[in-house]
Amino acid sequence: MRINDNLWAMMLIGLFSLTVWVPPAFAEASAEAAAGGHAWWFWPIILFIVTFIMGILAVLGGVGGGVLYVPIISGFFPFHLDFVRGTGLLVALSGALAAGPGLLKMNLASLRLAIPVALIASTCAIIGAMIGLALPTNIVQIALGATILGICILMLTAKKSTVPDVPQADRLSSALRICGVYQEASTGEIIDWKVHRTPLGLGLFVLIGIMAGMFGLGAGWANVPALNLLMGAPLKISVATSKFLLSITDTSAAWIYMNKGCVIPIMVVPSLVGIMLGSFVGVRLLKIAKPTFIRWMVIAILAFAGIKALSKGLGF
Amino acid sequence: MDEKTNTLLKASPEQLLYAKILEKGMYFGLLILFITFGLYTFGILDPYIPLDKVSEYWSYNVNDYLKHAEIKAGWAWLGMVKYGDFINFIGIAILAGVTILCYAAIVPTLLKNNDKVYAILAVIEVIILSAAASGILAVGH
Repeated sequence: MRINDNLWAMMLIGLFSLTVWVPPAFAEASAEAAAGGHAWWFWPIILFIVTFIMGILAVLGGVGGGVLYVPIISGFFPFHLDFVRGTGLLVALSGALAAGPGLLKMNLASLRLAIPVALIASTCAIIGAMIGLALPTNIVQIALGATILGICILMLTAKKSTVPDVPQADRLSSALRICGVYQEASTGEIIDWKVHRTPLGLGLFVLIGIMAGMFGLGAGWANVPALNLLMGAPLKISVATSKFLLSITDTSAAWIYMNKGCVIPIMVVPSLVGIMLGSFVGVRLLKIAKPTFIRWMVIAILAFAGIKALSKGLGF
Repeated sequence: MDEKTNTLLKASPEQLLYAKILEKGMYFGLLILFITFGLYTFGILDPYIPLDKVSEYWSYNVNDYLKHAEIKAGWAWLGMVKYGDFINFIGIAILAGVTILCYAAIVPTLLKNNDKVYAILAVIEVIILSAAASGILAVGH
């Protein structure tokens, strides 16, 4: 596992160094390719550095990369919100694709739980993406700011339940046989899980899907509380299934943005590599970092980015 | 631990199949994306929008960007893969498309296990994702 991670990290560093840091046209580009006072490689490199830090903070703060990416990049970079949302979805999608196979193989992400939920979330993400692209940018920016501030409140107040008490599975989840068994690695305990309030949970994913598509945020911040607190799936199953779910929800919205033209490769690749490398480093720092402090820091950064998005939308 | 619990702890065959395809598609997509990005930034393939001009476009909204850069939306990029910037869309499309393949692949396994409801749900998901990917669901500001 560690060798595999190191190999990936080295490969990513190597490829990115080759492609962005030392392009042959670097010197000539710096002289004549300046735009807005900067050479063409300036913003991609800054984007890479910021997303690298974002990747570290995302892991340490226990949030997805997408939720940090859209408000911060749209608030403080010269890119239009349309391209930031398109890239944000691809960043969240790549993270979910990278984590998904392992989580499925370990049986922590449940395909049985994910399939009905994903069907609703991905359909609504398409609708959300269409709404987001149809609305004026300032309205989306205001709504994004309000949503980010809402996420901050959710992060401050939401509780987590390791193994929620589910006295009885509801009729829908029984009919769909949404249940499973997993072994808690720390205690060796076998946990037999089932879910309840499935119709309500599925209803909530209508909203989650719309918001994911509309803002290009990814939706781990909402998936986990919905699966864990509302439907009663164990925390580990909720976190893993949520991460896997993003690979489906974000796929549908990403196609809408891509087909609309909201993808600029020079933004996508540095962002994707930055977040992935940052996540590798973040996982290693997890052993020595103080998660509570980092979580507070992430909430503060998000709140700042949310206020910035609001003020940008309101034209201040 | 009894045999039944041991079996339940393991992922189902369709879940393992899904994971296998997702993993291969993800690695393949990322590899293609890195290679094509290299072709783009090294100048091996000339871009449609020169690298020193990209920054003039990214602050536009998408409609203005398409208009000023004279780019068509949707799958028109397929006709432009000879350019260094548009060739990157191959890797991006693989990453965005692998989930459709995963869903389509598990349908026979679900049907074999007589899991008709989930087979139908998987087919509907394939249709929805394919509709999103096809570009028929176009919108604008």
